[in-house]
Amino acid sequence: MFLLKQRSSLPGFHLALGYTVFYLSLIVLIPLSTLFIKSSSLDWKTFIDIVSAPRTLAAIRLSFSTAFVAASVNVFFGFMIAWVLARYRFPGKKIIDALIDFPFALPTAVAGIALTALYSPHGWVGRYLYSWGIESAYSPLGITLALIFIGLPFVVRTIEPVIQELDPELEEAAASLGAGRWQTFGRVLFPVLLPPLLTGFNLAFARGIAEYGSIIFIAGNMPGKTEIAPLLIITKLEQFDYTGATAIAVVMLTISFILLAITNFLQWWASKRIGIN
Amino acid sequence: MSQSRQEPTIIRRILITIALWYIGFFLVLPLMIVFASALHQGVGVYLSSLHDPMTLAAIRLTLLTAVVAVPLNLFFGIAASWAIVKFDFRGKNLLLTLIDLPLSVSPVISGLIYVLLFGAHGAWGPWLKAHGIQIIFTPAAIILTTLFVTFPLVARELIPMMKTLGNDEEEAAITLGAGGFKTFWYVTLPNIKWGLLYGVLLCNARAMGEFGAVSVVSGHIRGLTNTLPLHIEILYNEYQFTAAFAAASLLVFLALVTLVAKSLIELKFKAEQMPLLKGK
Amino acid sequence: MKLKFLLIFFLPAILWITFSGTVSRAKKITLLNLSYDPTRELYEEFNNAFAKHWKNQTGEDVTIYQSHGGSGKQARTIIDGLEADVVTLALAYDIDAIAERAGLLDQNWQSLLPNNSCPYTSTIVFLVRKGNPKNIRDWDDLAKPGIQIITPNPKISGGARWNYLAAWGVALHKWDRDEQKAMSFLKTIFKNVPVLDSGARGAATTFIERKIGDVLITWENEAYLAVNKLAGDQFEIIVPSLSILAEPPVALVKRNADQHGTRRMAEEYLKYLYSEEGQIIAARHYFRPQSESVAQRYADQFQPVKLFTIKDVFGSWKKAQRTHFSDGGTFDQIYEN
Repeated sequence: MFLLKQRSSLPGFHLALGYTVFYLSLIVLIPLSTLFIKSSSLDWKTFIDIVSAPRTLAAIRLSFSTAFVAASVNVFFGFMIAWVLARYRFPGKKIIDALIDFPFALPTAVAGIALTALYSPHGWVGRYLYSWGIESAYSPLGITLALIFIGLPFVVRTIEPVIQELDPELEEAAASLGAGRWQTFGRVLFPVLLPPLLTGFNLAFARGIAEYGSIIFIAGNMPGKTEIAPLLIITKLEQFDYTGATAIAVVMLTISFILLAITNFLQWWASKRIGIN
Repeated sequence: MSQSRQEPTIIRRILITIALWYIGFFLVLPLMIVFASALHQGVGVYLSSLHDPMTLAAIRLTLLTAVVAVPLNLFFGIAASWAIVKFDFRGKNLLLTLIDLPLSVSPVISGLIYVLLFGAHGAWGPWLKAHGIQIIFTPAAIILTTLFVTFPLVARELIPMMKTLGNDEEEAAITLGAGGFKTFWYVTLPNIKWGLLYGVLLCNARAMGEFGAVSVVSGHIRGLTNTLPLHIEILYNEYQFTAAFAAASLLVFLALVTLVAKSLIELKFKAEQMPLLKGK
Repeated sequence: MKLKFLLIFFLPAILWITFSGTVSRAKKITLLNLSYDPTRELYEEFNNAFAKHWKNQTGEDVTIYQSHGGSGKQARTIIDGLEADVVTLALAYDIDAIAERAGLLDQNWQSLLPNNSCPYTSTIVFLVRKGNPKNIRDWDDLAKPGIQIITPNPKISGGARWNYLAAWGVALHKWDRDEQKAMSFLKTIFKNVPVLDSGARGAATTFIERKIGDVLITWENEAYLAVNKLAGDQFEIIVPSLSILAEPPVALVKRNADQHGTRRMAEEYLKYLYSEEGQIIAARHYFRPQSESVAQRYADQFQPVKLFTIKDVFGSWKKAQRTHFSDGGTFDQIYEN
């Protein structure tokens, strides 16, 4: 399966790859395969019935739409933040830069509790939002707000290093040829930055679909309205319906896998096109 | 930085302002609420709530989990990035995708798969039970799940870094007759050590903070299988809000230490790189 | 250098392998009680009392471990292999599931201890804000427009199932067992529910800390705990005219206890719940005791209320679970359009 395409003078290919594949199988692939084995005890019709039940569809739709909006918002602002952090100097920059990883390191349950305390009708932020008629908790908006919090580091951390490593000559050449700053950005920089932006989007999106711990507190969990897909899995488990739970898990896993595959393909394609490798 | 790479001052100011507002709203406010709630009843209550034996047991288990999980994933990260960056082989994209997969698997599912594997009715459960080995609902299961959740973190940091460094130095070392491990130890490692450390810090933070997946496999036995994040939920459910947020603030504090350490690492990295860059 | 390198990487692995083998059960005498959320405080006190009692009787020191969580989740934990010696859960259905799916105890477990294996009972009451501004007195008031009700999600919370069945039973009583009317009554009630939390404690936090809703439907013992432990002057307990007799059962997980050699102690542990001291501890934590004498002593604490049982109205927990909370059951139908 993994064939070396061209000989390399460096040693350790078999050892490194062998260990990688072994450890990957042990920790990730074998455990994940149990999902597929378990759900394969369902026949196709039951599988389709579970997955296409209106409730399941509503939950999957909710998970996807909130994750999509949150990832989009994060790509836009995350790009801006990454640019500011990579290019500009301002007081407190180090602290801000360090803060970006904060959502990643915070336990999701704590994040959920803190965000609910913030956005619920009597919270620090919620009381203002609610007075303007914006329901910032127990609504799809609340879920989206939580997912924005969770996803931000994924976007910023994917784009920031790429901005830092942009070849200065690219921009200088463009400028010396008479391009304005906007033109340079739109024609020269943006095409280079698009793949990492997409990667950041996909990572934040995939994380958003999967998120449970922080959402459960702020979602409201109303069936068909604010019930996310991972909660449905829990609901199935609660009825000791392991196969039903794995059926939904398999669907979510497959979608995550496809998204990640697209991401990695994009990166590979971009690096081919630009000719980094 | 030359003029051609700078936006006008006004644009710069606007961008910085927007970025700061966004971060302030989405990151700083939640951070503040954790500390505000923890210190709500004063420093005395805060400190005494951290001194509870159950909290200490939870801290111990959390540390143990990190001490085991992080080095294993570090070792894997090095092997994986060496294989992926230094060689060109078929199936590379698939391998990369599979390595990334745990990042986007729902925590609920990450826990569930270990139940399906090691549970009493799981794939290997009956065999293990017959041999007197209990994995699910013990610290071993917590560590395995943590390994899964933090699996890609070191590799993800190393791969892009090693890519930008290229193969030239290693190839030179090999040509000069150095062995594989020697080359890695004296040539590659010094180059990647800061990226490696950052990966380790992130992996560590995540290992200590994981909640959803660990919650499924833990069994929640107080003093035995409760990690700090699980203990926080328990405290919260006991209406001990101050104690819950105090324990949470420990993890936040840890996250902040991680992040500050990371910034220091980067400063040092830049200082070391400076002469090199000037030499070019 | 190389040796150090190897050591750094493999030491944890070795540690882990040795550790995971030995940690599962240390050699001292222990007992694991797997329970549901609202009994944390009760069993903390009871475990100490029992440890003393056991020491007096046998001279042995015993460490009792507790685990708390949603009742259904806890049942699943045992089915999946957590070797608890005794279970003290929120509803009989969850213990039935352990008997049925894992065979760790006999199907007739509920007849092995007095009072349907329930050493204490409770009921479902309302918690409202000080002064009862929305004037909520009984179940009918919950169906009025403009009332916000907080109750957890019955699909994943045992307490919420009691709430739901209480409302359903009251409706059947009121409309003379007309299922259609009961259904529409429940529908109106759930229209007034803005948040479905994942557990009883989560719902209480939403009501108390987040200040959402006009009324919290909850266990009587939870309502008292909230009033007495947290800013009690802000809330009032309203006992409706009719409610359900909530019976949280306890059972010995026979196969596990036999395997651990803890059966005698586990049996004594459960029996001790019925003793005078056990009953007093339960009453102190606002569970209604079974013992007449203890009940009399704490009579002021519990308001009289007309109670119906699961058996009277629904036949059995298994039937109730199937009609109301399984996929496509009445709860799902409420949210179907």
